[in-house]
Amino acid sequence: MQTENHLIRKPSLEKLFNYLIGNGKTIYAPKAKGKLVFFDNVTDFGEVTEDYIVTTNSAKSVVFPRTEKVFSYKKSKESTEIIDAADNTYPDVVLWGSRPCDAAAFIPLNNTFNEDYPDIIFNKRSQKVLVLSFSCSYSDDYCFCTSVNGGPGNTTGSDILFTRLSTGDYLAEVITEKGKLLVTENNSLFEPKPEESKEQNLALIKAYFNQEEIQTKLQNLFENPVWDEKSRACLGCGSCAYVCPVCSCFDIQDEAHGHKGTRLRCWDSCGFGLFTLHTSGHNPRETQGARWRQRILHKFLYMPNKTKVAGCVGCGRCSRSCPADINILDTVTSL
Amino acid sequence: MSNPNIYIPYLMRIEKITLEAPGVKTFRLKFENEQEADEFTFKAGQFGEYSIVGVGESTFCIASSPTRKGYIECTFRQTGKVTNALASAEEGDVIGFRGPYGNTFPMDEWKGKNLLFIAGGIALPPMRCVIWNALDLRENFKDITIVYGARTVADLVYKDELAEWRTRSDVRLVTTVDPGGETPDWKGEVGFVPSVLEKAAPSSENTIAIVCGPPIMIKFTFPVLEKLGFKEENIYTTLENRMKCGFGKCGRCNVGEVYVCKDGPVFSYEALKLLPAEY
Amino acid sequence: MKELIQKAASLLETNVVQVVIGYGKGSADRTRAIFSTTAADCEQLIFDSRCIQNLAVYLTKAEIKKMGKPAIVAPLPVLRSILQLAAENQITDDSLVVLGVSPESELIEFESLAAIETYLATKQIAIEEKYQTTIKAIKAMPVSERFAYWVKELEPCFKCYACRAACPLCYCTRCTVENNQPQWISVASHSLGNLEWHIMRAMHLAGRCTDCEACYNACPMGIPIYLLTKSMLQDVSENFGTYGPSLHRDNTLSSFNPDDKESFIR
Ligand SMILES: Cc1cc2nc3c(=O)[nH]c(=O)nc-3n(C[C@H](O)[C@H](O)[C@H](O)COP(=O)(O)OP(=O)(O)OC[C@H]3O[C@@H](n4cnc5c(N)ncnc54)[C@H](O)[C@@H]3O)c2cc1C
Ligand code: SF4
Ligand code: SF4
Ligand code: SF4
Ligand code: SF4
Ligand code: FES
Repeated sequence: MQTENHLIRKPSLEKLFNYLIGNGKTIYAPKAKGKLVFFDNVTDFGEVTEDYIVTTNSAKSVVFPRTEKVFSYKKSKESTEIIDAADNTYPDVVLWGSRPCDAAAFIPLNNTFNEDYPDIIFNKRSQKVLVLSFSCSYSDDYCFCTSVNGGPGNTTGSDILFTRLSTGDYLAEVITEKGKLLVTENNSLFEPKPEESKEQNLALIKAYFNQEEIQTKLQNLFENPVWDEKSRACLGCGSCAYVCPVCSCFDIQDEAHGHKGTRLRCWDSCGFGLFTLHTSGHNPRETQGARWRQRILHKFLYMPNKTKVAGCVGCGRCSRSCPADINILDTVTSL
Repeated sequence: MSNPNIYIPYLMRIEKITLEAPGVKTFRLKFENEQEADEFTFKAGQFGEYSIVGVGESTFCIASSPTRKGYIECTFRQTGKVTNALASAEEGDVIGFRGPYGNTFPMDEWKGKNLLFIAGGIALPPMRCVIWNALDLRENFKDITIVYGARTVADLVYKDELAEWRTRSDVRLVTTVDPGGETPDWKGEVGFVPSVLEKAAPSSENTIAIVCGPPIMIKFTFPVLEKLGFKEENIYTTLENRMKCGFGKCGRCNVGEVYVCKDGPVFSYEALKLLPAEY
Repeated sequence: MKELIQKAASLLETNVVQVVIGYGKGSADRTRAIFSTTAADCEQLIFDSRCIQNLAVYLTKAEIKKMGKPAIVAPLPVLRSILQLAAENQITDDSLVVLGVSPESELIEFESLAAIETYLATKQIAIEEKYQTTIKAIKAMPVSERFAYWVKELEPCFKCYACRAACPLCYCTRCTVENNQPQWISVASHSLGNLEWHIMRAMHLAGRCTDCEACYNACPMGIPIYLLTKSMLQDVSENFGTYGPSLHRDNTLSSFNPDDKESFIR
């Protein structure tokens, strides 16, 4: 679809929000809690904050929740019954206030969940998500979207992208049919497109590196002291993977309650020492350096080699949240 | 997979349980659903996720041959949570199975060649599938040699089948146990697999070598094979990286650009050399 | 600061230690742990109020142990952790050199772990008034309300285990959460799984936690887990009369006296 541009005034944004709530949508939007801002379930426009660069947690949980039931079962001595969880009861979700990097992350996530074996749970959830993103007018030292083919006004992955103009009103770029439907349903809120250009309202984000160049370099860097050096302080937690909008590793776990129970898909991370540990005690990734290398190579070499799309959108979340201040940009630029 | 939800297992009934060695059992499994049984196909080298619902899933290769229709078999060693639960299942119980997953041994390409199987310990199961597959299509292959070793005599699995292979004139079987693992009436070799292999020295001419075993055995067997003149592309093995999903999503079995579950578990030594040593 | 750098450099030059665990400049306005192996590296060492990560966590990490004998930059919270680690036989006088940093940012050299204990005796852990008030209020809640309070507070926890990874006292090679036979703690991060995890963690730190807040500082989700550990600290003090680390005392929850008032163990 060809992008359509409109103007939407500040008060109309709230009306749009209320329209969605009125239609029974589950809205995830940035909400402040102390000094941090999280994507969270929001029912009142007043709860939505505009004061954030990116949220601490990513928006991936709308399509890939941290705990997902894949089926439930009932068991007796005679029979075992499996009850499929991939029904149609997934909620109609609106992601409100995602950043262009959040939206772009749905592309590699979608690639992973659809390569060879389509994951219908992921797909059914995805189909019911409407992505209403807001461009970035400011950034911080951790952002590097422009180094990984993104940008503060990038429309990839969004249904509508709003950009705040100097007047306080918004430019609305309608990118998909899903977005257009919302505009049609709320025609009176959208006005003809503004004069003011989008670019002058976007954050300036330095391009620190070129993703394709890094990809080429990594081809021959498996054995390199940089992995141990840059990960020396790494504590081996799951924080970087869990806040990352692209990381998709998971564990499969059963939970029994008497004769009933569920099988669950739970987030996991290549940063944990036990991730690759065999029962025999043999561990193919013995050290934190080897695990940090996997993180970088998976995102900047293996994924783009396979699908052309890197496994990192440059949101900087992993670095901001790392308890040991391991900085992904620092590692990549030092290669 | 007949169910579009890739996480849902087939239900399989345990038809027969064989105790192979201490802590090692073979299950013969039949589909609960006839249609699923009819539609199911697999090839030598593939594996599946076997589960007790409420406990979890475990990865084992399919140890029976695709030429034997109507059932599948797996042989597993009791080592942890799921394998312990499986071991306490009884004949007639229903368990879960997802699969088949992974690539296969290129048996079509091996037509007209000699086959040399080298297995250690519990690693005979993935091999047993190929061995029976080859024996059932015996005219497709020339000489078949099996070198199989375990720690002790008690640890040798598929004892009945070993006896059968020993009596067949169209198979050469060499069994061995580690020094100290022999019994007074042991008639096979005594020694580690790589050295017994070197002594048995089958010809590398027009021969494919298939090696399965613990990492340490594999490590010492490859050089022996190279010494015997085997080319990298004619040596095959399987990797056993830790797995969860079996379909390339959970990330656990990622080694370089491959997912062992999808792009493996079968690798030629040539292909293996291109991978970083993360297995 | 200059003193610290000089001392660290000389320890490396004389090969008394092979690595100095300290603080250096980090991303943006943060500081981070740095591992100096040469006198020149030591020029990067800094110390100020932003240095809040508890470096004692590195004393038990395999990757760091491999580097050789360490010297460690140790402000108060790190000193307390060192003492507790010593009490748990994780470190000995010979296994490290402690470069203490006083609250006034002055270098204090310690002859021995016992000297650290003497020094810390004058620096009692003090739970701030505001936390005491919160803990009191939570304890005063009826059970159902208190349960709901914790379910809600722990809801954002996605079990990244950064709190565990950052804690110098969570050094077990196989944590209870990873034990699957039996599966004591649910792996999933749903309400029950989260409650199980945090109750277990708090119990395992009871009488051991030195109130450094490393767990809270590490938590990406900003969960007030310090309320659990601080409350434990109070409870242990009230019930067993012990407070803070000591080389001369067994761990509160893993020691037994014939005259204990409970009868279950007899
Ligand atoms: C392709 C492949 C084929 C295999 N074939 C066989 C076989 O035919 N017979 C056999 O006895 N064993 C086989 N294994 C090893 C077997 O999967 C593990 O020993 C088993 O999963 C241990 O499960 P557990 O739950 O009892 O142990 P736990 O230690 O409780 O393990 C818990 C989890 O870890 C995973 N895991 C632990 N160790 C391994 C490992 N070495 N490899 C893969 N996953 C692991 C399991 O998936 C399980 O979910 C195979 C592994 C792979 C990858
Ligand atoms: S890099 Fe940081 S967030 Fe990631 S595992 Fe290491 S300590 Fe945890
Ligand atoms: S790797 Fe880090 S910077 Fe890249 S997308 Fe993930 S969280 Fe963002
Ligand atoms: S970086 Fe690690 S946790 Fe993230 S998707 Fe890749 S392998 Fe999985
Ligand atoms: S650091 Fe926070 S989110 Fe992570 S496990 Fe601990 S409490 Fe949960
Ligand atoms: S087992 Fe999940 S990706 Fe291979």
